[in-house]
Amino acid sequence: MAKPKVAFFDFTCCEGCQLTVLSLGDKLLDLFESVEVVNFREASSYKGQDYDIAFVEGSIASSKDIERIKEIRKRAKVLVALGACAHTAGVNAIRNFHNQQEIRKMVYGDKAWVFDSILAQPIDAIVRVDYYIPECPIDKEEFLRFVSQLLNNMKPFLPDYPVCVECKMKGNVCNYHKPNPIICLGPVTRGGCGAICPSAGNACEGCRGLIPDANLEAMEWLLNEYGVSAEDKFRFYRMYNGLMGMKK
Amino acid sequence: MTGKDLNIYVHHVTRVEGHGNILVDVKNGELKEVKLEIIESPRFFEAMLVGRRFPEAVHIASRICGICSISHTAASIKAIEDALDIKPTWQTETLRKILMEAEILDSHALHSFFLAVPDFFGLPSVIPMASTNPDVVKTAINFKKLAHEICDVMVGRHTHPISMVVDGFTNLVTEEQMAELLKKIKAALKNDVPKMLEFFSRIKFPDFERKANYTCLVNPEMYPFYDGMIKSSEAGVYRHRDYRQKIVERVVDHSTAKHAFGPVKPYMVGALARFNTNYKQLMPGAQEAAKMLGLEAPSYNPYHITLAQVVEIVHCLESMSRLIEQLLSRGIRDERVERPPLAGWSARLPPAKKSWGVGVVEAPRGLLIHEYRINGNGTIDAANCIIPTAQNLANIEADMRELVPQILDRSKEEITQLLEMLVRSYDPCISCSAHLLKVDFVE
Repeated sequence: MAKPKVAFFDFTCCEGCQLTVLSLGDKLLDLFESVEVVNFREASSYKGQDYDIAFVEGSIASSKDIERIKEIRKRAKVLVALGACAHTAGVNAIRNFHNQQEIRKMVYGDKAWVFDSILAQPIDAIVRVDYYIPECPIDKEEFLRFVSQLLNNMKPFLPDYPVCVECKMKGNVCNYHKPNPIICLGPVTRGGCGAICPSAGNACEGCRGLIPDANLEAMEWLLNEYGVSAEDKFRFYRMYNGLMGMKK
Repeated sequence: MTGKDLNIYVHHVTRVEGHGNILVDVKNGELKEVKLEIIESPRFFEAMLVGRRFPEAVHIASRICGICSISHTAASIKAIEDALDIKPTWQTETLRKILMEAEILDSHALHSFFLAVPDFFGLPSVIPMASTNPDVVKTAINFKKLAHEICDVMVGRHTHPISMVVDGFTNLVTEEQMAELLKKIKAALKNDVPKMLEFFSRIKFPDFERKANYTCLVNPEMYPFYDGMIKSSEAGVYRHRDYRQKIVERVVDHSTAKHAFGPVKPYMVGALARFNTNYKQLMPGAQEAAKMLGLEAPSYNPYHITLAQVVEIVHCLESMSRLIEQLLSRGIRDERVERPPLAGWSARLPPAKKSWGVGVVEAPRGLLIHEYRINGNGTIDAANCIIPTAQNLANIEADMRELVPQILDRSKEEITQLLEMLVRSYDPCISCSAHLLKVDFVE
């Protein structure tokens, strides 16, 4: 059986998800054995244009990005959005809530007019996305499971329970019940990360996106109970989920 | 050679982090133009930090870069602590130093083995080397695995650390975990380092010298990554808060990343700048390694950045074991009860005052500066980040301007290859540095 041809592409992001792939260790060699990597600019000079699976990381943030992602969609049989920036526009979307004229001036003064920049958008705002691997950055285990499911003709799936489920299974003290409580988005965020942030003593910031039918009303009560101001709520949701109202 | 016309345009230089192009224009044997175009989309991180409460900024700042997120986290934390007059404990600072060195190990292993080495074997990537030089690839993977394990144990993960926050750690490693890591670091020093040195001592680097201005941190106590004064061969030694007088950032049309000058001339930051400046403070094994590799301080050959990285890999392994031994001899104490760390989303944060602060660290690619202004509500009013690659860009162009006339008699392919290798040897991290504009080019 011919090995499937795989390509990695990066748009506006920190490239941490590609780096997570490069950091798979011994599993990286297994990956290179089971697929043919034809395009991986971060790691290789070879630029193949013939591929079956395209992993795309990063957000769409300029008009050139739009043309490029459409071209990739045309060539790829399967397109996978890799990481939060591709999935929900991630932290890139934070700037969408600033006055665009102002931030342009703030960063580069009188040269503001030269550049090509649009509001940060997730990949599926422009083209159809077949699968998502969420999180900032992606989880190594989830990535490997996804690839092996895809190669074995299984339909990859994402858990649809909240982070709290995994957090409880780990036996963590709830962030809200600590002596110095930490505001946490675990109750409405899609699990699958193994509650990595609460397990390291910090808040879930919602980088995997919301679970389907998240009970945002209950979340609102909870945040009110802890005296979180409306302003702070906005800031909190807008870490990763600023565009959630526009996504199903 | 006179009368030669040459036009080189390398679109999207590969095996670097982010998007850049090389442009060379020679008419009648005379160099008209050399440019390293930076075409990463603008990212506006400085604007994104505005309006955020100060501890939140740490997790946003980390997202500037996937390779050096620990350095960005550390610089961000230090800027906030500088503003709020927080002096972290010895234990917290020691743990941070270990983390910084683990990141240097990871990033240098990635660059020297995976990104730089294929050039010397005429290969497009490290992937074919998995079958031709399995030992070498295995060594690189061992280093990366070790670095990741250190970060996973200490702060949850390497890319975007979780528990590293202002004034401490939300989760504390145990002495047993550190002792376990110490064993693995010592094993790497014994087993993997000799293989790496043997491999790199056989590689021949291109001959080219241009004396640059070197800028890095200096510290009388150790070869510094985490803390120190800034030393520049042009501007002398100065405090972190004075950086605005000594470093001038300029917007250039062909780059979405600003170019930095220190304050007049281009300058180099990173492994070779540190090696040239702080050579005497390297751990003994690292000095030995430099001798084996034939690398002498100062080296004016920018292609030697890769070798300086190899030396720093050895140094970091040795230094980490020393730091862990010190930590274990004092014992790790849970300090979180008496001084709770300021996690990003604590429901109760201490009141802030109007203030400003600067945090400077040595990221794998060089000097990294974060500066924040914090208002009375504890939110950030203004932020400025100076990224290593932005500081190197003007210097890379100065190198290219001097290199191209020297090699003009060679074939176009060879010239292109040498220029690509030069850019790659600086290990540029372009997505970090592009917090600026994107320009359209006539291609």
